Amino acid sequence: MLRIVFALLFFALPATAEVVVAGLSQNRVSITANFDGSEILIFGAVKRDAPAPGSGPLEVIITVAGPSESVKVRRKAKRFGIWVNNDWVDVDSAPSFYAISTTKPLDQILNETEDLRYKVSIPRAIRSVGAPESVQDPAVFSEALIRIRTKKDLYQMNPNTVQLEEDTLFRTSIALPANLTEGDYTARIFLTRNGQVVDVNESAIDVRKVGLERFLFNLAHERPLIYAIMSLTIAILAGWAASAVFRYILA
Amino acid sequence: MQIYLPIAEVSVNAFLLLGLGGIVGILSGMFGVGGGFLMTPLLFFIGIPPAVAVATEANQIVASSFSGVLAHLRRKTVDLRMGTVLLIGGLVGAAIGIQIFAALREIGQVDLLVQLSYVVFLGMIGSLMFVESLNAIRRSKSPGASPKRKKHNWIHALPFKMKFRTSGLYISVIPPVLVGMAVGVLAAIMGVGGGFIMVPAMIYLLGMPTKVVVGTSLFQIIFVTGFTTIMHATTNFTVDMALAVLLLIGGVIGAQIGTRIGVRMKAEQLRILLALMVLAVSSKLALELLLQPSELFSLGESSH
Repeated sequence: MLRIVFALLFFALPATAEVVVAGLSQNRVSITANFDGSEILIFGAVKRDAPAPGSGPLEVIITVAGPSESVKVRRKAKRFGIWVNNDWVDVDSAPSFYAISTTKPLDQILNETEDLRYKVSIPRAIRSVGAPESVQDPAVFSEALIRIRTKKDLYQMNPNTVQLEEDTLFRTSIALPANLTEGDYTARIFLTRNGQVVDVNESAIDVRKVGLERFLFNLAHERPLIYAIMSLTIAILAGWAASAVFRYILA
Repeated sequence: MQIYLPIAEVSVNAFLLLGLGGIVGILSGMFGVGGGFLMTPLLFFIGIPPAVAVATEANQIVASSFSGVLAHLRRKTVDLRMGTVLLIGGLVGAAIGIQIFAALREIGQVDLLVQLSYVVFLGMIGSLMFVESLNAIRRSKSPGASPKRKKHNWIHALPFKMKFRTSGLYISVIPPVLVGMAVGVLAAIMGVGGGFIMVPAMIYLLGMPTKVVVGTSLFQIIFVTGFTTIMHATTNFTVDMALAVLLLIGGVIGAQIGTRIGVRMKAEQLRILLALMVLAVSSKLALELLLQPSELFSLGESSH
């Protein structure tokens, strides 16, 4: 009986077992009042039971994705002589942040089928199905979404930024911009050979507001009336204080 | 020094916000306008989400107007009675404005409404004031011409008359209530105090003396924007306290300086400067509507 189990386990493993062992410099990003972006170091090694197979070089792809949400992409058009929002497409799910770091340009180390399966490249990470019938060219809207977020460093494509040594040790650092939103982020590490994914490793990164940021955010959402009155009181006190101080200085 | 705003969820330079608050504060104190019509577009420009900008600006206007109104109360240039009448209209208007805002948000045309209102209202009032103050300056330069006497127009035929001693007026309460209401609607929709509408309306429509116009409009603005802040905070959760505090620290100091500059300047000069500024903002916004934008697409929150 035990032999059968061992045999099954043995066959269940891929023929060339290469497994990622990964680590992150931090599993938690704290958004404080003076948060100015952050850098996450992602590193790891490839564990092998047997010598590395000779079929093509080993490549590494590392992605970091923020929580996905739906986005409305609007397009302006000239109507009655002025530029106004005209048509729109709801992109069902787009990560708020998405960075890809690779050892070589992505299209050289990952084939189309695997990209489709694991949703690695930026266009694949975005899901858009429900375009209204009036929109002839829904693809343009997804492209616009990627273009706008890339400009804000929220979507990043960083080829040749993963260092791979001796086909075993790899490391990269991913810059998180200052305009980050909180949520559960995931870091994925793919090992590929000849465009095929050999192994995947996934780990979570918790991005959270802390301290004063957390307090104000919670107060604003849970006790909005108290928050509003507090905002007004602080505003009025500051207005009165500044007026008094200024008069004192002039007198 | 970068600071991460908890509600807006963006990181901005704290000194940039202090500076913006200060400059707008100076103008606010000089002209008796809340400065919102300058600040709200500036906040859009530095990347604050429009909903947060509009709501937070209401909060900031309370502060910058408060220091201004204190200065005016000390100099007894506030018509409290007229202010209260304008305020009653203003609160009703703000409540209506928030409903309009919510309805247009549903169809996704809030931006257009806000921009068009800026262009139309600012353009109209700017040109009106510019022409008026040019005429006033020309009159004062030719000593032969006597100043126009106050006419008895339709406003004096309306019922519910009330005595406004500080302004030296005996008129119906209907026009000030309507003016206050229009200002309240705009305060909720455009994220402005509405001084740029109220000041000219008080001078040209109600015939109030220029001296009390600034203080009285600030008095009304404080309460209407305070009400708007509470409405936005409880329905949309878009008031960013950190952003408001930074803007107001610059703003209150600026307003104090502005009030002092305003006292030293002639009413006509003040008016022509305000007119030019209003025209500049409105033509900038009009160009944005008329010229093809470099990015045709924009991202928004999805409704589902």
